[in-house]
Amino acid sequence: MTAPIFADVEQTLRQQMVTDTAPNDETPGPLSPSRPVRSMGVRHGILVLELLPEALLAVARRLRDTFSFDLFLDVTAVDWLGQTPRFEVVYHFYSSTHHVRVRLKLRVDESHPVVPSLTSLYGSAGYMERECHDMYGIGFEGNADLRPILLYEGFVGHPLRKDYPKQQEQPLVPYRPPQGALVR
Amino acid sequence: MYGKQLPIVDATRSAPTAAGPGGGTAGKPATFEYLTTRKDELVGWARKFSLFPYPFVTACCAMEFMAVSASSYDTDRFGAALPRFSPRQADLLMVVGTVTQKQAPILLKVYEQMCEPKWVMAFGVCASTGGFYQNYASLPGIDRIIPVDIYVPGCPPRPEMVIDGIMRLQEKIANGRHPIINDRF
Repeated sequence: MTAPIFADVEQTLRQQMVTDTAPNDETPGPLSPSRPVRSMGVRHGILVLELLPEALLAVARRLRDTFSFDLFLDVTAVDWLGQTPRFEVVYHFYSSTHHVRVRLKLRVDESHPVVPSLTSLYGSAGYMERECHDMYGIGFEGNADLRPILLYEGFVGHPLRKDYPKQQEQPLVPYRPPQGALVR
Repeated sequence: MYGKQLPIVDATRSAPTAAGPGGGTAGKPATFEYLTTRKDELVGWARKFSLFPYPFVTACCAMEFMAVSASSYDTDRFGAALPRFSPRQADLLMVVGTVTQKQAPILLKVYEQMCEPKWVMAFGVCASTGGFYQNYASLPGIDRIIPVDIYVPGCPPRPEMVIDGIMRLQEKIANGRHPIINDRF
């Protein structure tokens, strides 16, 4: 399934957002500062765009203002342990006019996992960026309130990273000593 | 039916001619003139039928808790019906559902706010052992932080299991020691 708005988005990408030396080049090349956005086509009914972190604010603003993707659905991350760059931050937007979704993907490295915050465009991004910061340790530049939202103060590490030990507990209340065998 | 029967001695029948306490009523059939029992049995018998549960309900087991409280299964028949939503008034803490590490201080505070005597039931496998949540988020059994008297496993437990758990807890109360603060009793 595809939607007419996707063709518009892709055309705009080609014409305005991509300052490529070869604007008619249809092959999706690697991302570079001169070509910060590329379309990966429509997958499962969702238009997928890959971009550099620097282009995020411009792309999101254009999606919201020009193409009326007015609902911020989600931001989360994928931990590709062993790859470089390691983290993939994934955004979803929904258009209540066109009733379609668009997905943005961008890669950040483990050494500096920071992306721009979208709280200036979508107020609802604040909570979801806090959760993503909890679970993956992604920093959001411009979000002033990145306190733990699902975790608690004093939690060390980021539990949804693949290198967090699966059963490591960080109890807030000290455990009682084992009470011996169960007595009926 | 269950638990020990209270040994009630009928004064008039066992000694019909004795002028015991209330001797003027000698000859009346089966009146409770006096009874002999152990203090622990009497207090335990009273306590086991007046359990006021505090439902610490956190997860999907709550549905089963509602089922067992509602009219089909009706824990009221066992003297454990009236939920008190203040830990000060409750004596049975029913921990129904998963308790996360973040909630553990709250559970501990609720437990500490309850007056003696108090009992704790771990309702469902998450409260008993953590169940299949063995990760950073959830407490592997509430007995890591508070003492537990009765464990009801199951995901969720059937209402029959909960009732069986309540009855076993009542047996435990009936057979337990009940120290009273006043040394004259």
